[in-house]
Amino acid sequence: MASTAPSREFDNAVRPLRRPGRWVGAAVIIVLLAAFAQAIATNENIDFATIGEYLLNPRILSGVQLTLLITVIAMTCAAILAVIIAAMRMSGNPVMVAVAAVYVWAFRGTPLLVQIVIWGYFGLIFDKITLGIPFTDIVFVQADTNTLITALVAGIIALTLNEAAYSSEIVRSGMLSVDEGQREAAASLGMSPAYCFMRVLLPQAMRVIIPPMGNQLISMIKNTSLLSLIAVLELYTQATQISAQNLRQVELLIVVSIWYLAIVSVLSIPQHYLERYFGRGSTKNQPQTLAQKAREYTGSIQVQREHKRKRKAQNHV
Amino acid sequence: MSDSTVFGSGSESSIALNDTALVQLRGVRKRFGTLEVLKGIDMDVHAGEVTCLLGPSGSGKSTLLRCINHLESINGGRITVDGELVGYRERRGELHELHPREVAKQRRKIGMVFQRFNLFPHMTALENIMEAPIGVARRPKARVRADAMELLAHVGLEDWAGHYPAQLSGGQQQRIAIARALAMKPKIMLFDEPTSALDPELVGDVLEVMRDLARAGTTMVVVTHEIGFARSAADTVVFMDDGVVVESGTPEQVFDSPQNLRTQGFLENVL
Repeated sequence: MASTAPSREFDNAVRPLRRPGRWVGAAVIIVLLAAFAQAIATNENIDFATIGEYLLNPRILSGVQLTLLITVIAMTCAAILAVIIAAMRMSGNPVMVAVAAVYVWAFRGTPLLVQIVIWGYFGLIFDKITLGIPFTDIVFVQADTNTLITALVAGIIALTLNEAAYSSEIVRSGMLSVDEGQREAAASLGMSPAYCFMRVLLPQAMRVIIPPMGNQLISMIKNTSLLSLIAVLELYTQATQISAQNLRQVELLIVVSIWYLAIVSVLSIPQHYLERYFGRGSTKNQPQTLAQKAREYTGSIQVQREHKRKRKAQNHV
Repeated sequence: MSDSTVFGSGSESSIALNDTALVQLRGVRKRFGTLEVLKGIDMDVHAGEVTCLLGPSGSGKSTLLRCINHLESINGGRITVDGELVGYRERRGELHELHPREVAKQRRKIGMVFQRFNLFPHMTALENIMEAPIGVARRPKARVRADAMELLAHVGLEDWAGHYPAQLSGGQQQRIAIARALAMKPKIMLFDEPTSALDPELVGDVLEVMRDLARAGTTMVVVTHEIGFARSAADTVVFMDDGVVVESGTPEQVFDSPQNLRTQGFLENVL
């Protein structure tokens, strides 16, 4: 026995400090939570059957689908635009710098809600959209604004432009976090500035960029609900339309919340793996994947159990 | 040495036969704001030679090195490497700035090793070495990999190919950085205090690699405080102080019978 756990011989017999405050605090919180749970569970104004019924309702599901679609398109476009704006902001061209700065100022400084409604009314401002050479009569394509910019397109444009303003600052901070020596090393190897940006600076900046971008993605998912204002049939709009008919507002809001929570939870998994990928080389030991962590956790529980079992056996002897 | 094709400047070194120097500096001046850090430097580096730049800190030796591959632009004078003006084009007596892409092309002939290694932390040792030959010089990947493994063997780190810089000691990182610069098969190697950031017991390995390079006939310009290395490996020692070349000559001349008072004072302090 002693050979399997030799360190125990050196363990001092220490009585752990008693912490009665912790017990009291925990008890109070648990009682309060239980009371709240009971208030919800026994509430006659909340019909749980309705929640279950509408959770997988086809209209709700199509809303979820559209919410995901809007999020993916807007976030992708915003990320690309953000890199461009950040590059403009850091370029030596004073016009570019000024344009990028004003863009960020304008789109961060006005409410997203207002921006969405403005894009929804875009047809009132410009009734036709023309592709041609400015200040001449040469026109390549011309289209009616209302056929080109539907409510959905307007919503995606609004979310993209707003998100790009925030994300460009995240990208910029990521680029600033890369050591100047990296640029010099790349230059000394004959890399052009563009090559250096793509292969050396951006991959390192990504490590700093990804966590706040994850935050932005979560905001984006939830902000799609604002598109209900311009009647885009995403999750929240669908839910409010259903509840307008059956007057189950609270139940449908809970359904909507469950779906948003589910989407956000699922999306945190790829973020973890992205962080891991771009963090490669930044620490001595590669960080664990979620699966590895889970395995180690269950493993450690087993070890603890084993330890306890052995200790009991020892005490009996 | 049989390995000179990888380790030395190899086939390109035939240029040394004519007597124009591989690197020529004429009246090089550099200002940072109002502070003049290089006050008219003339220097020649011949192919196959090792030149060591010595001097107190702030004397301009690192700046001079960084001017050779145009990491710093110069305010006066001319620098040519391999007969080509660095960073500029001369037309009708006027200097024209080169496009960054053209400067990048010039730098492929000039390898550089930094005090703080500056390895790319998101790439393994092998990837660090292979990146520029594949992506910049556009050489075939299989050849580059073979060359890179050979270089790793030369710096004694073939077992560390898959490690990231954060997993390597300073001395190992610096040897990888040397291999990375050599992988582009440059005509000249610049070393900017390559051992100054290392723990004392790790300095030896890096200096050993540099001595091997010198023996294989690599053209090197080395900014260093390692008097022992300069004495044994250098063909020419250049002593700088306050932005000018105070004294230059063979190691014996400069170390054993320094003519200038400032050189004498410096050597007394470091020896």
